Amino acid sequence: MTAKGIHIEGLSKRYGEGDTAVLALKNVNMQVAPGEVVGLIGPSGSGKSTLLKCLGAVIDPTAGRMVLGNEVIFDDEWKVRDLRALRRDKIGFVFQAPYLIPFLDVTDNVALLPMLAGVGNDDARKRALELLTALDVQHRAKAMPSQLSGGEQQRVAIARGLVNRPPVILADEPTAPLDSVRAMSVIRILNDMARRFETAVIVVTHDEKIIPTFKRIYHIRDGVTHEEAGEGRSFE
Amino acid sequence: MISLAGRDILHAWGKFIFTGIGLGLLIGVTLTMAGVYRGMVDDGKVLLDNSGANLWVVQKDTLGPYAESSSIPDDLWRSIRTLPGVAEAANVTYLTMQVGRGEKDVRAMVVGIAAGEPGTSGWPPQLVAGRQITRGHYEAVADIATGFRLGDEVKIRRNHYTVVGLTRRMVSSSGDPMVFIPLKDAQEAQFLKDNDAILMQRRRTEANPAFNRPGVPGLLDAVIASQTSNNSVNAVLVRIQSEYSPQEVAEPIRRWKRLTVYDRAQMEEILVGKLIATSAKQIAMFLVILAVVSAAIVAFIIYTLTMDKIREIAVLKLIGTRNRTISGMILQQALVLGVIGFVVGKITATFAAPLFPKYVLLMPIDSILGFFAVMVICVLASVVAIRMALKVDPAEAIGG
Repeated sequence: MTAKGIHIEGLSKRYGEGDTAVLALKNVNMQVAPGEVVGLIGPSGSGKSTLLKCLGAVIDPTAGRMVLGNEVIFDDEWKVRDLRALRRDKIGFVFQAPYLIPFLDVTDNVALLPMLAGVGNDDARKRALELLTALDVQHRAKAMPSQLSGGEQQRVAIARGLVNRPPVILADEPTAPLDSVRAMSVIRILNDMARRFETAVIVVTHDEKIIPTFKRIYHIRDGVTHEEAGEGRSFE
Repeated sequence: MISLAGRDILHAWGKFIFTGIGLGLLIGVTLTMAGVYRGMVDDGKVLLDNSGANLWVVQKDTLGPYAESSSIPDDLWRSIRTLPGVAEAANVTYLTMQVGRGEKDVRAMVVGIAAGEPGTSGWPPQLVAGRQITRGHYEAVADIATGFRLGDEVKIRRNHYTVVGLTRRMVSSSGDPMVFIPLKDAQEAQFLKDNDAILMQRRRTEANPAFNRPGVPGLLDAVIASQTSNNSVNAVLVRIQSEYSPQEVAEPIRRWKRLTVYDRAQMEEILVGKLIATSAKQIAMFLVILAVVSAAIVAFIIYTLTMDKIREIAVLKLIGTRNRTISGMILQQALVLGVIGFVVGKITATFAAPLFPKYVLLMPIDSILGFFAVMVICVLASVVAIRMALKVDPAEAIGG
């Protein structure tokens, strides 16, 4: 593994042109090391989602530089041709709601990503089962998403985010729909997986319960970020 | 790679099956409409086949005897018979009317057949029960579609006939079953006036000094006899000798007898191209409307199914699913819906066809064309949903 987390310098995003232009991100700098879980917090409209979409290669930043692992992916323009493949292979997503594909069973929900990347069905399912086992949901491998509890769904979603071994995982309010026990469980799992797979994890959250668990936190307000040390409290 | 479309269909199979059944009933109606048209064409061809003729000799400048009324003398067949290449010539009359049986009546084409033997032009070629007509009067052979049975007594105008034989698929070009009776009876049925009309005509003739002259005994009786008898038939059916072509035989009849003669191809053109042309256009319009309605329904269903999956599509795009994979999923679902619909439609049409009062002919080629048409419609109908799916922004999967 040569992953080096994610490194962002001077990232800006402007919506619109001329008098109506809105600068949603202003010279954002961020560094998340492999195995590290950082929090990204801020009020509504502060630019969290915009930053997440830029990091997720879903929208185009206006300027700046992004290095993912050891690859420069953006330097005032995209340096990779296939953003779809970039998202598939280099970025893991965990959403507020699990958004599992309702017509695929748990194994195939996770195995879909390697399959999309060209891995054979059997190998992809084997890889998915390994992760499901690591996340302790292997006993629901053949279940449909509708048969799972909220916590189980979120663990499957985390497995899906990790299955292609991406250098970075972007988690968008992953604990919002969960009670405090399950929320802590999800954060513990993210930390475990980050360490185990040397993945950098950025957790966007409003959740007061989990904020004290981060060792480092990026606050964002009006598109400007500043970093501060977190409490790094135990989530056990 | 797993089949996303297949998994989605298996997951929501009830929705697909019931939607497919609904679509299938519509396709069934479409196939049946095509079968109705084919049945009309086939009725016309069967009519020509069963007549056993190579040429139809009719009144000059008419499209008789099936498409227009035609009246020619009933002794003309003798002179036609003597022409080179003519193997057989037989008089025939056709009259579509209500044929009574007890309290009820049936719409039928009454065919007057000349005296002869089985195999003579105009005679029913095969019977499914009973025997051919052997007497000169008051016997009938009826198509089984009339509902008549052997031994039934049926009423045609003033006379009663006993059904002695039954045929199958002997119908007019409009699908009415045929009833064969002797030619003389048919001529009477076609041209005979009612009693009051005969009496009034006799009175007028008696009052006419030109016909009721003193000193010319027998003139009035002769005139009245000529007025009440009928010597016309609708057509002469001609069978030609094998070494002659239809045109070789038809040409002298046209030239010397000043009659109109049609060969098989021309008669088919009259029946299919003229007699049922309007009905065919009517059916074609229905087919177009049904095709458009089917397309609209498939498009709506696929669009709705896709709308239900917008979030999943956004997630799929976000995690790197290619547009062609998503398009393929929607297209495959539309095609599966079409296949389910076609199978249901074909089964529906097959079981419904015999229930129709007129002949419905479901031809394999129509089914094959129908299948491909359904597939094309499904492909076109899925375009709207595919376009919508491709416009889905993967960012929709991320909040904010």
